[in-house]
Amino acid sequence: MSRLNYMLLWLMLSAGMSSWWLVEHRAFHRTADSGDTHSGSDQHPRTESDPWIQPEDENLASDLTLFRRLCLGLTGTIPSLEWIRTFESWPHETRLNNTLQLIFEDPRYGDYMAERFARAFVGVENGPFLVYRRRRLVDDLSESIQSNQPYDRIVRELITAQGVWTSHPEVNFLTATIDPNNDKEGPDEVKLAARVSRAFLGVRIDCVQCHDDMFGNRWKQQDFHQLASFFAGAEMSLTGLVESEKPYEYRYKRKPETEVVPATVPFLPELLPQEGTPRERLAKWVTHPENLSFARTLVNRVWAIMFNRPLLEQVDSIPIDEPVPVLMDQLARTTIDHGFDLQHLIRTIASTEAFRRTSSGGETDGKELFPLTRLRPEQVAGSIIQSASLETVGVDSHILSRIIRVLQQGEFIQRYGDAGEAEFEARSGTIPQRLTLMNGKLVHERTEKNPILNAATRIGFLATDDATAIETAYLTVLTRRPTTDELNHFKKRLSGTHKDARANAMQDLYWALLNSTEFAWNH
Amino acid sequence: MKPLNLHQCAGCSTSRRGFLKASAAAGMTWLSPISQSLAFSAENDLNHSEGKAVILLWLAGGPSQLETFDPHPHSDLAPGVKVVNTSIPDYQLAGGLEPLADLMDQVSVIRSMISLEGDHERGVYHIKSGYRPDPTVVHPSLGAIICHELPKGAVEIPNHISILPNQWPARGGYLGARFDAFQMGDPADPIPDVTQRVDEERMQRRLESLDVVERAFLAGRDPELDLLQTRHRATINEALRMMRSDQVKAFDIQLAAQAERAAYGDTAFGRGCLAARRLIETGVRCVEVTLDGWDSHVNNRETQAKRIATLAPALSALIRDLKDRDLLRRTVVLCGGEFGRTPRINPLEGRDHWPHGFSFLVAGGGFAKGRVIGATDPAGDSKEPDHPVRVADLHATVQHLLGLDPEKEIITPIGRPLALSDGRVLT
Repeated sequence: MSRLNYMLLWLMLSAGMSSWWLVEHRAFHRTADSGDTHSGSDQHPRTESDPWIQPEDENLASDLTLFRRLCLGLTGTIPSLEWIRTFESWPHETRLNNTLQLIFEDPRYGDYMAERFARAFVGVENGPFLVYRRRRLVDDLSESIQSNQPYDRIVRELITAQGVWTSHPEVNFLTATIDPNNDKEGPDEVKLAARVSRAFLGVRIDCVQCHDDMFGNRWKQQDFHQLASFFAGAEMSLTGLVESEKPYEYRYKRKPETEVVPATVPFLPELLPQEGTPRERLAKWVTHPENLSFARTLVNRVWAIMFNRPLLEQVDSIPIDEPVPVLMDQLARTTIDHGFDLQHLIRTIASTEAFRRTSSGGETDGKELFPLTRLRPEQVAGSIIQSASLETVGVDSHILSRIIRVLQQGEFIQRYGDAGEAEFEARSGTIPQRLTLMNGKLVHERTEKNPILNAATRIGFLATDDATAIETAYLTVLTRRPTTDELNHFKKRLSGTHKDARANAMQDLYWALLNSTEFAWNH
Repeated sequence: MKPLNLHQCAGCSTSRRGFLKASAAAGMTWLSPISQSLAFSAENDLNHSEGKAVILLWLAGGPSQLETFDPHPHSDLAPGVKVVNTSIPDYQLAGGLEPLADLMDQVSVIRSMISLEGDHERGVYHIKSGYRPDPTVVHPSLGAIICHELPKGAVEIPNHISILPNQWPARGGYLGARFDAFQMGDPADPIPDVTQRVDEERMQRRLESLDVVERAFLAGRDPELDLLQTRHRATINEALRMMRSDQVKAFDIQLAAQAERAAYGDTAFGRGCLAARRLIETGVRCVEVTLDGWDSHVNNRETQAKRIATLAPALSALIRDLKDRDLLRRTVVLCGGEFGRTPRINPLEGRDHWPHGFSFLVAGGGFAKGRVIGATDPAGDSKEPDHPVRVADLHATVQHLLGLDPEKEIITPIGRPLALSDGRVLT
């Protein structure tokens, strides 16, 4: 046992291990194929007001599946058994609102969402350490998201940031682009123009950095450099990032000399205010309620976070002149009307039929199934760690367990293969991923015999009978109950086992669940 | 070092006519005598696929032709660049590539590659697949096409491997993720997690239980889900085959002699090249090894020099090693990036993207030896190199050397038939 594990042990003992009741929950004893589809707490009347309540419809996913989607999409892990018990105790008609309330109050929500947004804003690299602290920026974003700051304000603060990158975290959005090998001091206007256009406006205007668009597209080289020009005054000084009067100079293709490039925007020039510093003007233009691209890009990104797939195929490329899906514009409008309230947007998306559709089945009256997508590596790592615990990991637990989590995830994520900024692209499973889950350290250590730390062992010993043990393991790992076939299969495996043999049988049960398609994919 | 002339050269003269016609029309007075005396040719005594393999050394970001294979020492395009004489008469490499100098008669250099894409992502797509990006279909990379078309044989480890991939590794495209390259990092570390943690009997029980769980999930879903989308069970099976195979030793470069490892250089890329050789020897069909960081918009010389210091020992050791083991004649080696760099240096002492005449080194597998194809304008102005080689033509030629017919069509998932390559085989 490592020193960290001893410390964790102490921590858990001192916190009081009061989770036995989670395993002793006989009231929920049933199988997935015996009418759990809509998790009917039928004693509670259904009302028309709750968006999750629909007449029985086999094209919709079960409540527990929806719960799993929301937890994975918004906190990065599957729900704990503790949360599942709470969820099932709620009347059906309150489950969506209660779930979102639970999630919005959970610090993992801010952390997880902040990392997703940070990938779009500054990428995944740690960058020039002397002037850039990615962690500071992510923590700051996390706080803003947790306290539900309007998204347009968050973005304006990034674009207009000034001061020292350590005490003003949002400055890191700008200093992330500083290239220590570059003679130019201060942030790189060209990289910033690319970031702003892609991350906030869903426009890939950076393709015309070196020449006009060769494919008859609307953008000209000039559009890009005029956008870059807004950042020319952002310079480094002894007091951090300051705003100067420095002009932006560039030599266009086929022009003999460099010229001063004016700061103008590539579309909707009428929305650009006249007053303010160049970055203040740009920030107001980008986030202007009539600049629909801004809201659409936000909708596409939040949709991507919740579905693991954007609404429009490329998360940072939304057409300006062509029509977009009606749903996207409805969501964009409601987002603007609600002052860029992220929680409102999430609530609205969670209420859509698209989010509630099942991912299985054939006939769906022409509508698309919920997309089956591969979980991102930190979702898999987080879910393995969560499944090893009956209580919720990371909400109130001590900073130490958070550190352990980060350590374990780091190594795992590297092996599982992080897609970086391209994390919403559709992908199949890979051989290294299967090797990591089948033989890797994280799964082994989180499932081996350990009556203190590992849920597999604890469930095996605490459950009153084999069926309860199996059902509890299924809920803890797959957020559902076993089918009759599954129950019968594992009953045979657990039957008559004691001590080490039982711990091993439970580990093998966990191994099978953790190595399944169902565990590794969002469905 | 004198070349062993293993193969007869065939068809040396076939493409001269068109080339001379083009150069006369263009009034290209700057053509070097070398480029005029050399037409591209393939040696075809091994014109079948048996045992043939491809190694792509991918110089990501776009290497500068002027600092590598096309130095133009008498012009003002690359001031200060030194040159090195090579075993090809009158052909010089840029300084830094000295280890390759006496191997050049084993390889050929195309100095006149032309691409239609000047953006990294699109450029990588174009060169790796031979096609331009197309919103309706994702084209497979060269390695994926080859693995799709040729039998896998007795290989129990992945047949298509990408070592040190960056964000755009070789992929299966419309052929499916089954043909994506298996990605791995620095071979200094063994492939992780290839040893199962329980005995075989218990492993079997675990796998039986997994089947039960999988059946429950697949109930009511598309029966081809695993085949077409998740590849979950498929990759488990491939992983199991790999875990149980002795061939995983090919990944472990610690099993190579110390002197051998030293020759490739103490770098991740050098180790990648050594692993590539070991994998090919084991029967793997296609390996790409990436050396990133050539995108020298700023401080071009320094940036290029650093990468060249890594490339030179690795590439020369690989060529020498393949030749010494008699693997070169069945292994195509390609070395290049998504484009070259502008002949003129920019105000930041950098060079920008230049798809209009850049270099690719080609060797082995039936490629001609000791040839220098095409030439770029020593004044740095022309966007039309002499004897231009289109990206698709290089693809068609490699496919041809591997015994494939580039004109063969595959029906893509959208129902549109696509040729393996729409290029022309260079003869």
